[in-house]
Amino acid sequence: MTIVNEVEDMPMGQPETGRVIVRHGLATRITHWTWAVALFFLLLSGLQIFNAHPSLYIGNQSGFEFDNAILEIGAVRGDDGQPRGVTTVFGRSFTTTGVLGMSGVAENPSYRGFPAWATLPSYQDLSTGRVIHFFFAWFFVAAFLVWLVSSLINGHIRRDILPSLADVRALPQSLADHLRLRFHHDGRYNGLQKFAYAGVLLVVFPLIILTGLTMSPGMNAAWPWLLDVFGGRQTARTLHFLCMALLVLFFIVHIFMVFAAGPLNEMRSIVTGRYRTDAPLKENETLEQETRR
Amino acid sequence: MSRFLVNRRRFLKVAGVAASAVPLSGCDALDGLLSGQSPARGIMASANTLTYRVQRMLIGADKLAPEFAASEVRQGQRPNGSTDPTDTDYLALQGKGFADYRLQVTGLVEKPLSFSLDEIRNMPARTQITRHDCVEGWSCIAKWSGVPLARLLDEAKVKPEARFVVFHCFDSMSLGLSGAVPYYESIDLIDARHPQTILAYGCNDQPLPVANGAPLRVRIERQLGYKMAKYIKSIELVSTLQPFGRGKGGFWEDLGYEWYGGI
Repeated sequence: MTIVNEVEDMPMGQPETGRVIVRHGLATRITHWTWAVALFFLLLSGLQIFNAHPSLYIGNQSGFEFDNAILEIGAVRGDDGQPRGVTTVFGRSFTTTGVLGMSGVAENPSYRGFPAWATLPSYQDLSTGRVIHFFFAWFFVAAFLVWLVSSLINGHIRRDILPSLADVRALPQSLADHLRLRFHHDGRYNGLQKFAYAGVLLVVFPLIILTGLTMSPGMNAAWPWLLDVFGGRQTARTLHFLCMALLVLFFIVHIFMVFAAGPLNEMRSIVTGRYRTDAPLKENETLEQETRR
Repeated sequence: MSRFLVNRRRFLKVAGVAASAVPLSGCDALDGLLSGQSPARGIMASANTLTYRVQRMLIGADKLAPEFAASEVRQGQRPNGSTDPTDTDYLALQGKGFADYRLQVTGLVEKPLSFSLDEIRNMPARTQITRHDCVEGWSCIAKWSGVPLARLLDEAKVKPEARFVVFHCFDSMSLGLSGAVPYYESIDLIDARHPQTILAYGCNDQPLPVANGAPLRVRIERQLGYKMAKYIKSIELVSTLQPFGRGKGGFWEDLGYEWYGGI
């Protein structure tokens, strides 16, 4: 972290603000925005691809004459003769008309897994979905490799991402602070942030890339161990979907936290790198006291 | 604390604006940009060439697709695409149990050949239990028996200028208003000579059913299902895919699917 300007000679009467530091390195910022754009297209084209066969299975193959499905989205005609969207998860069925299985306008519903507003293109077009998906997948993977190498070299992972023992010990306090929406703007990640970012960057990102590759029949010949690691092509497809759901969940929390923690300052830091920290502590004051005041 | 209150107020305001914009957006906003002939789609599709090159580099010519134990054959091979061709020349052959069927090997070969089904069945066979991956996303494991395509190519003596093998098929696929066109497919010579690339006449210890492509279908185990042409009429060795269909190398390729189906 580099101090950009010490704010020590503040005019009298002005509220005391913190120092401006460089919080995010160039590699972090570039890869962040590459991922943001790529993941938007990957998600919507991925749901288009999923819609071509809206079921998920465990194992090597899809059970047509036996049942190894854990998720199925479809439409059925009810006892009243009316069609409805049905989503079956681990054998339990839920009516999901309007979103999953059956969506669109009531007079002319479309029978599809995810609705038109969640897919690219909006209409059913598997080939274009695949074109979009594989194009942005290359950018996603390239950004990941750039981030991984640069963050290993410049210490970003060790310093900012991997939780330390102290972070683990401070987790209850960190959790309590988050629940009360009290944030410390000292430019460092707290324990919960480190676990979230480490989980996404070092677990979910590699997982979603590798499970994606496991679905490729070409890659199965090149790296057959992928199938052993993930328990078969259809399990890999299920895990790929699960990783997607985790990333959507992360995105929702991520955006909420940006707004809750100060959207302008947070946004500036991920665009320009510059971030204004909290007012410096007064003498004899600890961070603990500050948060309680 | 006061700073947070400001943030929370601002948060609610911004979130409200953002939420009100959601119903206005929708993915049809990008539909025009992504439609069949748009330049943006063309640029994005070029990534498939990169995928092809990189996979060819990573895989190696003779790396085998995974094969499975007999216990993994738990269901019939799921048919897809054409499952019951009604083309007259096909029905004529089917009526006589394919006794009059002859597979033609033509194009850029020293010795154009033609084989009866019995001749093909009497050649050294290869049997493999492999996973069939449909582009839609599902997989199905089955046992396939047939003659390695490489053997037929060696007998016909492929000319050096040949780059692709084109499979011409009996079945026609509907193109909506523009009528029906015959199915065709193509692969490069690396996959054509791959040890697991066979012209299959048996599936799960039975003669290949009509639904799965009788009398002959090709297995290309390192690519997706749509590459594995069924109801094969003839095999043609060519230097370019331009003259066939819309020139993209296959029925589904002409409709926008990538020619390399390894992903």
